[in-house]
Amino acid sequence: MKYWTIVKAALTRKRVRTFMTIASIATAFLLFSLGRSVAVAFTNEVDYAGKDRLIVSSKLSFTQSMPMAYANRIQALEGVDKVAWRQWFGGTYIDRSNFFPKWPVPESYFDIFPEYIVSEGGREAFSQNIQGMIAGADLAEKYGWKIGDRIPIIGDIWVKSDNSNNWEFDLVGTFTNENGGAQDEAYINWKYFDESRAFEKGLVGGFAVKIRDPSEAEDIAKDIDALFANSPDETKTSTEEAFSRMFAEQVGDIGFIINSVLAASFFTILLLTANTMSQAVRERTNELGVLKSIGYPDTLIMVFVLMESIFLCLIGAAIGVLIAFALFPFFSGVAYAFAGQVEFQFSIVLSSIALALLTATISGLLPAYSAMRLNVVDALRKN
Amino acid sequence: MSFIRQVLSITRMNLQSVLQRSGASIVIIVGIAGSVAVMVSLLAMGEGLSSTISNTGQEDRVIILRDGSSSELSSGLGMQEVDIILNSPGVKEENGDPLVAGEIYAIIDLKKKGAESTSNLPFRGVQPTSFRIRPELEIIDGRNFNTGTAEVIIGKGAYDQYAGVEIGDQIKVRDGFVTVVGIFSTGGDVHESEIWGDLPITQNIFRREGSVSSAIVRLESKDTFDDLGIYIENYPSLELRVLTELDFFDSQASGSDLIKIFGQVVGYIMAVGAIFAALNTMYSAVSTRLVEIGTLRALGFKGSTVLVSLMIEAMILAIIGGLLGAGIAFVLFNGYTVSTLAGGSFTQTAFAFTVTGEVVQQGMSLALLVGLIGGVFPAWNAARRDITEALRSI
Repeated sequence: MKYWTIVKAALTRKRVRTFMTIASIATAFLLFSLGRSVAVAFTNEVDYAGKDRLIVSSKLSFTQSMPMAYANRIQALEGVDKVAWRQWFGGTYIDRSNFFPKWPVPESYFDIFPEYIVSEGGREAFSQNIQGMIAGADLAEKYGWKIGDRIPIIGDIWVKSDNSNNWEFDLVGTFTNENGGAQDEAYINWKYFDESRAFEKGLVGGFAVKIRDPSEAEDIAKDIDALFANSPDETKTSTEEAFSRMFAEQVGDIGFIINSVLAASFFTILLLTANTMSQAVRERTNELGVLKSIGYPDTLIMVFVLMESIFLCLIGAAIGVLIAFALFPFFSGVAYAFAGQVEFQFSIVLSSIALALLTATISGLLPAYSAMRLNVVDALRKN
Repeated sequence: MSFIRQVLSITRMNLQSVLQRSGASIVIIVGIAGSVAVMVSLLAMGEGLSSTISNTGQEDRVIILRDGSSSELSSGLGMQEVDIILNSPGVKEENGDPLVAGEIYAIIDLKKKGAESTSNLPFRGVQPTSFRIRPELEIIDGRNFNTGTAEVIIGKGAYDQYAGVEIGDQIKVRDGFVTVVGIFSTGGDVHESEIWGDLPITQNIFRREGSVSSAIVRLESKDTFDDLGIYIENYPSLELRVLTELDFFDSQASGSDLIKIFGQVVGYIMAVGAIFAALNTMYSAVSTRLVEIGTLRALGFKGSTVLVSLMIEAMILAIIGGLLGAGIAFVLFNGYTVSTLAGGSFTQTAFAFTVTGEVVQQGMSLALLVGLIGGVFPAWNAARRDITEALRSI
């Protein structure tokens, strides 16, 4: 970096302005990082969906139950590997704010989701202990649960046959998600759930179907729906990806608006920054003229100005992303209500760097170009 | 007096030259307008959602859920439990009928206009008394459904959002159909996002014969709430939760509060960015005018009057920016209807962005804050500058 001195001189020429430019770029990237994490949350589940899995739910609505006996008929179809089922449990752990999804499932459910790595001996214990529960590692960590703990859940949808809604489960294992997807769900023993509940015994909320060849997904989905067509319990089968997307799209309107508003604010701030940058170059016309007159080539002058704006943008972006990272615990609490779990992902850092370079080029190019085209005599005369 | 005269004359001079310095002024206005537009739009979204949800509640109406349930979707009561409520004290009677209705609240999957996949449309099964409990309901097109038939009416909000729900259209449910016969309005509350049908038909569709999701009650007056509450609480083996509609819908609206907080957080972060940009612009705007300021000081104008008049200029730009931003948000979004899975629930609620006076006021405070902070430092800097130094800066 033998020309660093020149770039540095330009940056330190007006320290206050350099500081404020970096600060406003940092704000833009702070907004960008927070916005991206919300956007990622809307599409998160979709990214993690298995290509070889289908989800079967009732055509009337995903909240309606279907006969468990459908499992055998689906299993018998060509191309189907395994079938398991689940039901939405709802319910509350101690306080309403402690929300996490809970699903009663048979042990075979974990065969269909091989990315869930269950802790040693967890699956055996799950099938043996009728009140068994396997919880995501994040969940166990959040509430400080240990294997063997008894977890009380107040049922809201599901009441027991004795009209009580106090359910208790034994934590027999935890799981991590190899794909990096959600680890904040809990699975509870289907048998106990089905035997204890007061109504809808023998009905399930949905089936998860593992197929042999992902390329046949659409055909098999049609076959499954054809099996039950025109019956009182018609089904709607979709790939896990499409099923997740259905939920993402439903929140969609709001997600789209929040994202476009954030994008608008990002560009407003960048516009202002670009203006400051060109102003800074205009003020230095005279100095640039001096550099040219002592023999610096035009292209090098252009590089100086570009490097200045790249430096400003990269530093600003770095500060913005760091602040976003520091504020994240607070922000995720605010965003939870409409975006669900938001995560700070490494990809945000990468896209920020790319965006910073892009911004630097766009906002620096015009001043850099006009600096390059400067006529030495005009430049020196300007004062 | 002379202080005010001095301020006024400098301010007038500044404003007359604003057009010549339009570049810098536009940067300030754009920065402020952007921040205000963002904040006002997000707040208007939160405001629209929360007012739609909480408008639904009335203080003399009560909703009864199963104990442990916090939403209608997860709640369930037997019809025999509704019969017990019928006999409770505190319930308003009309022509000898207690105003109590058992209702089913469930979901059907329908496609929104232009959508590929389905959305969760709430389906409410109601009794004839439901209409007497909610007199605000008005059929705005077509007619009401006939009791005992597979006819339904659809709320205005849902009608606008969903495809295939025109009057006369049939909606497939299980192995049969329901027919849309009317469109209703309830004055802009959550019920307008729902489809309503006759209770027994709905129980049949959702396989909930003999049970309902909730009971809704009109009280004699809001003061008889305790009579009903105590009666139900003390009734043997009845595990129910009684709450006024106001409390119920407030608890359902918690998601929209968070949207508002989110709007404020984003608005203020952006304002910080706009402050820095405004500072930058004001500093250079002031520095190009140093000679002018020096001249004024040499003529005998006081530093403080220069400061105040520069501040007035900054505040005027801030007000223009703020009004512009609020105006943009108003034109783009006010009345814009969207529908979402509201407040952490599983059902779609349609609501319109509402740019209220309070929202605009918050946006304008933001604008003035940016103008104040962005203007005061450069102005201070200019006002206390040494006269000779300022004049020399040519």
